[in-house]
Amino acid sequence: MDDLKSILEALVFASETPLTVDKIADVVGSPDKKEIERQLKGMMEEYRQRGGGICLQEVAGGFQFRTRGDLGPWIKKLKVLRSQLAPATLETLSVIAYRQPVLKSDVDRIRGVDAGGALKKLLEKKMVRIMGRKDVPGKPMIYGTTNKFLEVFDLKDLSELPTLQELKELKD
Amino acid sequence: MSYEIKLDVFEGPLDLLLYLIKKNEIDIYNIPVALITDQYLQYLDIMRTLNLDLAGEYLVLASTLIYVKSQMLMPRPEAEVSEDEQDPRGELVQQLLEYQSYKEAALCLDRRLILERDVFKRAYPLGETEEAEADDVTDLELTVFDLVSAFQRVISQMDQEEYLEIKGEKISLADRINEIMEKLVRAQSLVFQDLFEGRGERRAVIYTLLAVLELMKLRMIKVYQAGPFGVIRILLAVEEGV
Repeated sequence: MDDLKSILEALVFASETPLTVDKIADVVGSPDKKEIERQLKGMMEEYRQRGGGICLQEVAGGFQFRTRGDLGPWIKKLKVLRSQLAPATLETLSVIAYRQPVLKSDVDRIRGVDAGGALKKLLEKKMVRIMGRKDVPGKPMIYGTTNKFLEVFDLKDLSELPTLQELKELKD
Repeated sequence: MSYEIKLDVFEGPLDLLLYLIKKNEIDIYNIPVALITDQYLQYLDIMRTLNLDLAGEYLVLASTLIYVKSQMLMPRPEAEVSEDEQDPRGELVQQLLEYQSYKEAALCLDRRLILERDVFKRAYPLGETEEAEADDVTDLELTVFDLVSAFQRVISQMDQEEYLEIKGEKISLADRINEIMEKLVRAQSLVFQDLFEGRGERRAVIYTLLAVLELMKLRMIKVYQAGPFGVIRILLAVEEGV
């Protein structure tokens, strides 16, 4: 069993995107997905207990090694910081995340401004994608979030988003 | 009572409205429309004098507010007040509440451990994943529109008084173009904002912008910005090939 764990560790390390259990099962040639998942969860715990700078995280439906949250400032000294999302872009993103599949016109209406610029930026950053077109006159495009969105915001899947009701209760 | 003129950046008319509601400590379910409308319109005036760009949506909301205000002023005979009589503010409040909830959601998203800001994954050599290419903060080559926006920011920061001085100094566009090119050859790169140093006269300021635009058109210079709101740099255009 140690063998499998090492293989899993190596695979997750080498993967460029969060690695799913399905993909691992494919590569390893094993049908026992439950076992794979168990091993990975065990590894998550091991890394957590080790208390080092690297964590094994479950994001975007898969597993990924990441630096520990509080060590961000150190890495920022090492790397050039990438541009963050502007508030308008972030607001547009949250509307899409919660309302998907959604039309641009709906996003415009909710935000009270034209979301075109923000939408373009989100598409460029691959946080948002076109899911298709609505079958009504004009055939407007339908938007939704991507896996990259989940990866960037440390979400396992969309259900991890706090509901709008929960947010409201937190505030009050 | 004087109004404190503090120009926050708003993400749109609804954002401005929420700000005013919060500032006045108003109950969103019982908005004093007259007060809010007046303050909102005041803000539009300020925005107009300082910033040349006011999205149409601000005006749309202004007219909505004025309309709602007029509705509130209309006398309503007591006898006709019924259960289903609409509060003229109703639709506006709904819209505000909806916008507010997504704004909250956005703040909540921002509080998470965000990739490449709080947590980091293994770095990949450039070019090996399309992801790496898409994410990189590359200097953006500016379009004319970006430059005009930057120009607006520059002049908004300038002392307004200087606009009123009428100096007799004659300066032609060609002169300004030559000036800039000379500076550029000596310095290799220039910062956009520096071009406006000490030039308070309106004509000089506009000529500087026109000179930059002309040079861009002639492809004699290239203009880059390191990410949104970053410093704008002007470089000599390098000839390709030959």
